[in-house]
Amino acid sequence: MNSLSKPRNWEKYFWPVLAAALLFAIWHYCVVWTGTNIFPSPLDVEKGMAELLHKGVLWDDIEDSVRRVAVGFGAAAVTGIPLGLTLGLYPAANQMVNPVLQILRPISPIAWIPIAIILFGVGDRAAVFLIFLGAFFPIVLACVSGVSSVPSIFQRTGRNFGLSSTQLLARVVFPAALPQILIGLRIALGIAWVVVVAAEMIAVESGLGYLVIDSRNSGKRYDLVIAAMLLIGVIGLILDLGFRSLEGLPSVRWGFRHES
Amino acid sequence: MSLTNAANTPAVAAMKLRAEQLCVAFERDSKSVSVLEDITFDISDGEFICIVGRSGCGKSTLLNVLAGFLAPTSGSVIIDGEPVHGPDPRRILVFQEHGVFPWLTVEGNIGFGLSKLPRAEREHRVAHYVQMIGLQGFERTYPSDLSGGMKQRLQVARALAVNPDILYLDEAFGALDSITRLAMRKELLRIWQTERRTIIFVTHDIDEAVQLADRVVVLSSNPARIEDILTIDIRRPRNISSPHYLELRDKLLEQIGQAYTV
Repeated sequence: MNSLSKPRNWEKYFWPVLAAALLFAIWHYCVVWTGTNIFPSPLDVEKGMAELLHKGVLWDDIEDSVRRVAVGFGAAAVTGIPLGLTLGLYPAANQMVNPVLQILRPISPIAWIPIAIILFGVGDRAAVFLIFLGAFFPIVLACVSGVSSVPSIFQRTGRNFGLSSTQLLARVVFPAALPQILIGLRIALGIAWVVVVAAEMIAVESGLGYLVIDSRNSGKRYDLVIAAMLLIGVIGLILDLGFRSLEGLPSVRWGFRHES
Repeated sequence: MSLTNAANTPAVAAMKLRAEQLCVAFERDSKSVSVLEDITFDISDGEFICIVGRSGCGKSTLLNVLAGFLAPTSGSVIIDGEPVHGPDPRRILVFQEHGVFPWLTVEGNIGFGLSKLPRAEREHRVAHYVQMIGLQGFERTYPSDLSGGMKQRLQVARALAVNPDILYLDEAFGALDSITRLAMRKELLRIWQTERRTIIFVTHDIDEAVQLADRVVVLSSNPARIEDILTIDIRRPRNISSPHYLELRDKLLEQIGQAYTV
């Protein structure tokens, strides 16, 4: 196959499906050949998944996880975007706050779990707080870098047309930085989805993370553990794809490279 | 023709802009480096002025001072009798490239400076300038789907839409290929002749200057001083292979310090 030739329509789906099928096959035969009793085969997992769906608790768990991410991520966006824009617009303020941000940023939200439990107790709010922490820093930093890389030509044009500083922010700086802000939000959403699972293993008693740890603790149901893991992966993918579709909106498309 | 009259006797028209002993110096490594020195000239209303000089000589700095984006170290710019203190929608600067807003459509870009107008008036003006630059059918198109020449026409239209007295162009056609550039010059002259604005056009292209300008301001380098102000007394439309055209072009080349053989 020539690397320059466009993949045909069926190939777009055929190869990924083949790769996934191969992986399942390897998994299946590894279980069969080793004769393990603990590790489930793909068929066991499928049965486990059906069982979860049948019991009806699965939808509640999915809803709880998604709700926590929505609240934590939403709060991070609502506070992080204005802060990031402000820091981007005022380099002096950024110089002051940046060292603190840079120290807090690499701390995994998991490390905050004890603090979260002191502050909020075991429950929803602790989990949401951890998600907020995970999403907040990438959003702020994306806004800062988005604003500071707005070409000076745009800002000068805005001033030339007589815009006030708030108009300049709303009509020039924000739309010019929006593609970078969207990238930051997308990364933050990915982190939020990773953090919610970890938070639910410790801080709460519902959600997909809780399902994983509970399935192991109550009867070593590894078929349910893996079913929950796969669900986490699929929902994460759906969230990411949903967010990516925003990149195709006409007013931000210029900021992304698209193959087609 | 009034055009040729204007070209021959610029003093007849009212004075629009006066640059008075402009000096600009930048601090570099705690030393003061002079970029512009003692720049003085008058520009009359409706005149087409080109500023030429070697690259890096300070042409763009001068234009930024005239447009109010940069305060001169000493001297002043007087427009309509008032000193310039900053950028103003009555005079718009058009950049070399990437000046149009990529997040707005053709319509959105042209209407950018018109947000204070009532809707009907705004739509009317946008439609007028879409037509003037020949982008009918592209009203809802984003700049990333336009060619370089279309984007520059759009930038000029966005500037003209706010009805400025003065249009500053900073090597506005410099990034275009030579065929598009030629077409753009024709277009700009046509727009200038129908809309009668004062145009100050910075370029490093000698031919461009002789084809467009009523008068050409020639800058020397390091620091930039006024070498000469040359009146281009050729009737429009200009024959670019006439002996007089070539004579003026050669004169300019000589002043810039380039021989006219390759």
